[in-house]
Amino acid sequence: MADGDRANGGDILVVPVDCANLALLQRLTTDLHATLARTATVASWELSPQFAREAARGQYNSSMILAELFKRRTNPPMRILGVTDVDLFAPVLTYVFGEAQMHGPAAVVSTFRLRPELYGLDPDPEILSRRLLVESVHELGHTAGLTHCHTPGCAMIGSTYAEEIDLKGPRLCERCGEVFGAIWFEQRRDHP
Amino acid sequence: MDHKDYSILIVDDEPIVRDSLGKWFSEEGYLVETACDGGAALDRLAQRNYDLIFLDIKMPGMSGLELQRKIRTINTDATVVIITAFASVDTAVEALKDGAHDYITKPIDPDYLSHLVEKLVRQRALVAENVELKERLVGMTGRGSILGESPAIQKLRDMIATVAPNDTTVMIRGESGTGKELIARAIHAGSPRRYRPIVPINCGGLSETLLESELFGHERGAFTGAQFRRKGHLEMADGGTVFFDEIGNVSAKIQMDLLRVIESREFFRVGGNTPVKSDFRIISATNRDLEAAVASGSFREDLYYRLNVFSISVPPLRERDEDVVLLAQHFLSKYAASMNREFTGFAPEALEALRQHRWPGNVRELENAIERAVVVGTPPTVSAANLPISAPREEGPVDNMSLESVEVAHIRRVLEKCEGNVMRAARTLGIDRVTLYNKIKKFNLPR
Ligand SMILES: [Zn+2]
Ligand SMILES: [Zn+2]
Repeated sequence: MADGDRANGGDILVVPVDCANLALLQRLTTDLHATLARTATVASWELSPQFAREAARGQYNSSMILAELFKRRTNPPMRILGVTDVDLFAPVLTYVFGEAQMHGPAAVVSTFRLRPELYGLDPDPEILSRRLLVESVHELGHTAGLTHCHTPGCAMIGSTYAEEIDLKGPRLCERCGEVFGAIWFEQRRDHP
Repeated sequence: MDHKDYSILIVDDEPIVRDSLGKWFSEEGYLVETACDGGAALDRLAQRNYDLIFLDIKMPGMSGLELQRKIRTINTDATVVIITAFASVDTAVEALKDGAHDYITKPIDPDYLSHLVEKLVRQRALVAENVELKERLVGMTGRGSILGESPAIQKLRDMIATVAPNDTTVMIRGESGTGKELIARAIHAGSPRRYRPIVPINCGGLSETLLESELFGHERGAFTGAQFRRKGHLEMADGGTVFFDEIGNVSAKIQMDLLRVIESREFFRVGGNTPVKSDFRIISATNRDLEAAVASGSFREDLYYRLNVFSISVPPLRERDEDVVLLAQHFLSKYAASMNREFTGFAPEALEALRQHRWPGNVRELENAIERAVVVGTPPTVSAANLPISAPREEGPVDNMSLESVEVAHIRRVLEKCEGNVMRAARTLGIDRVTLYNKIKKFNLPR
């Protein structure tokens, strides 16, 4: 399975982790390319998140999913990004939009709390798609070691509720973009 | 202010808490170190000072409380936050009395945590600049808390705490602007359903057909424009809570539908014929006199009893005198921070105006008034002129005031504004000085 993905060698591999909407993932790969100038492809395999489910909370442990994605990575691609529809939590926190390995290759994001309908609004594919892109760039930023930023509009601004995501853009500010590019270049050199 | 200038120490015996919390703070850009027990924490503190210390109250060996007392003698100016399981909030309260700044319960709401930490960091920055801290509001942090110290609001908080963990159906009564949705959210947040969504539905603002499709969802092609199958709010609330706002406004048909859903916990999407099951708690709210509506037949009695299992009344702001200034100060800090305007407090006559106003629009009106004052006023103090309120409260509603009392009130106001200068006051009032003197004497006005 992973060999096929290795062969088409994108920079970012997007893995469905119980994610019903493949069109959304395809769109994400296009948007990631446009935003970060890195190629992204949807994996030919899926990861079921059932092993990470915590029954008492009805939620899924994002750190466990992250560890599993890390185990299944190949190189290339440089990064592996899980996208899931289930609600994620990190131990001690009631929920997270996503999680990433600082300076590592793996990240995961959830669409669960990005959907307007969770807050009683009309479903809106455009809003969902944009929020998913912003959060994906954000988590990928963490994989490059970026911490939260305070520059207005930068994707690395920390956000804890969905409307906050709409206040920032999918792009990295100049400083974050520079770090991101430099680190990516360095890692590519280290692991050709 | 750069987060990297702030150091955080996390003391917890559970590795998962240290890792998870530590990672969260590192992502925020703070310098983070961890310790697994009191001894390790003291070792770290021997090396350096920390700005913030997160302390698990329950650890084997040295307890959190004991460690906190030690910290106070070593790292005297550290801001200490207690981490506790829900069960040991009492101990946390003890820690607060002992000088801890706040406490958080596990699992932690990330939104709450980020606001708390931002607040603590800001407070430290203020202290460092030797600015007077006016914002020491006891027992209130984060968004969504129900603010106030009046007996009425304390009773309300007690009621919420009592009813929240049980799955009881709740009816919230109160004038508009009193924050009924906030209370519904507080109940949801204190319930075992808190990990699932709370779905608010405004029953007042929608037509019958629209409300029906919002509530129950619809199948593809159920009506023109229904291109996709769509889940309704009741379905989305599965496992969580539905909040029916303005429940007093729903039509007879929807009342009947709701009654059926409440009894069976089952319904059909519009245009569908497979029953959908959903498990939700119901909280509703109204500012109408439902009992009168039942008596007049416009609200079903059976539905009324189903919804009105536990009733909570939210007092209007005018019955919470003690809270007005407290809330005003809270909103001022909030908007001053978010708009980056350096307001620190209210001028005495502005405080008086706040106390005197009747607040027919309740907390919402107060919040709007303060927000506006932050926009139009000149820092650092909000003056009475910046507040969009008039008509002091002791005069009562304008529509039952006699002409004479309006005259007295008006003269009194003008005199106050002119600081007792009769000549200027007379000019403003458009009468001569002698007439004004006579009126002052007649109405026994101070000047
Ligand atoms: Zn982040
Ligand atoms: Zn940035």
